[in-house]
Amino acid sequence: MKFGVVVFPGSNCDHDAYHVLKHVLGVRVEYIWHKETALRLFDAIILPGGFAYGDYLRAGAVARFSPVMQAIVKFAEQGGRVIGICNGFQVLVEAGMLPGALLPNDHMRFRCQEVYLRVADHTTDFTRQYSAGQVLKMPIAHYCGQYFADDDTIKLLQDQERIVFQYCDAQGAVTKTANPNGSRLNIAGILNESKNVLGMMPHPERAGEEILGSTDGLGIFKSLLGNA
Amino acid sequence: MWLAKIVVTYKRGILNPEAKTIQHALETLGYQDIDGLESGKYFEVRLKAGLKQTQAEQAVREICDRVLSNPVIQQYTFELEEADL
Repeated sequence: MKFGVVVFPGSNCDHDAYHVLKHVLGVRVEYIWHKETALRLFDAIILPGGFAYGDYLRAGAVARFSPVMQAIVKFAEQGGRVIGICNGFQVLVEAGMLPGALLPNDHMRFRCQEVYLRVADHTTDFTRQYSAGQVLKMPIAHYCGQYFADDDTIKLLQDQERIVFQYCDAQGAVTKTANPNGSRLNIAGILNESKNVLGMMPHPERAGEEILGSTDGLGIFKSLLGNA
Repeated sequence: MWLAKIVVTYKRGILNPEAKTIQHALETLGYQDIDGLESGKYFEVRLKAGLKQTQAEQAVREICDRVLSNPVIQQYTFELEEADL
């Protein structure tokens, strides 16, 4: 199993993702420069957090035109697994690989804090290591994290069971006060229709060691390893 | 040369917290007659001379649809004028 971590100009969680995979989980991992046009030999690809291209225009709007994105679209179409974390999630929605959009947080503030997430679906390739309804603790750090989609799209996501993570309180209740950014239905992470592309605002790669306060994020990467 | 003046705003029904915050600030300053406020982004795109007006319009529309706006949440308007720049 080999992971690739894409590096856009302005990515800043690429090293965190690389670190957790290589040094915590002992997995093979390589950086992928955004100018690459061909992807070979990767089993899963991570679009990391950061501010690709300065988040100019809209978060993720310019990164989606990076040469590597065409290759990633093809990779995903062939069933390759892709995780977009934070800015990576924003890139995936701008690229049309996931539905909806990420708007500025409803309170107009950058939020850097720990949140609780409810595993809404523990049967996916990304969440098999978790149990149904498990509550995870992970950090968020974003300004544009308010998940928006129109009513039809939200219904489709629900009907197809593509909502994977929802913001919740420590007990697992999905409440308005537990929603850190105004996302519809407290959505923190969703899948594409084929369920091989995951986008999420919280940072599992920053929740991989006890010293960081949580190891709850490891389950996502371990779930993928189990499927290799 | 054509000059396209493009304005991108959020669609109706999408919460625009920036606009809300500005409106609230103005009301706090005593401007009580404000009935609504929208904020957005403004672009000026210059297109090479030699294009017909319909070609220029089509180019601008394509740029707006593909890049300058996100059709999921935003809408745009533009004016196209002949410029001497």
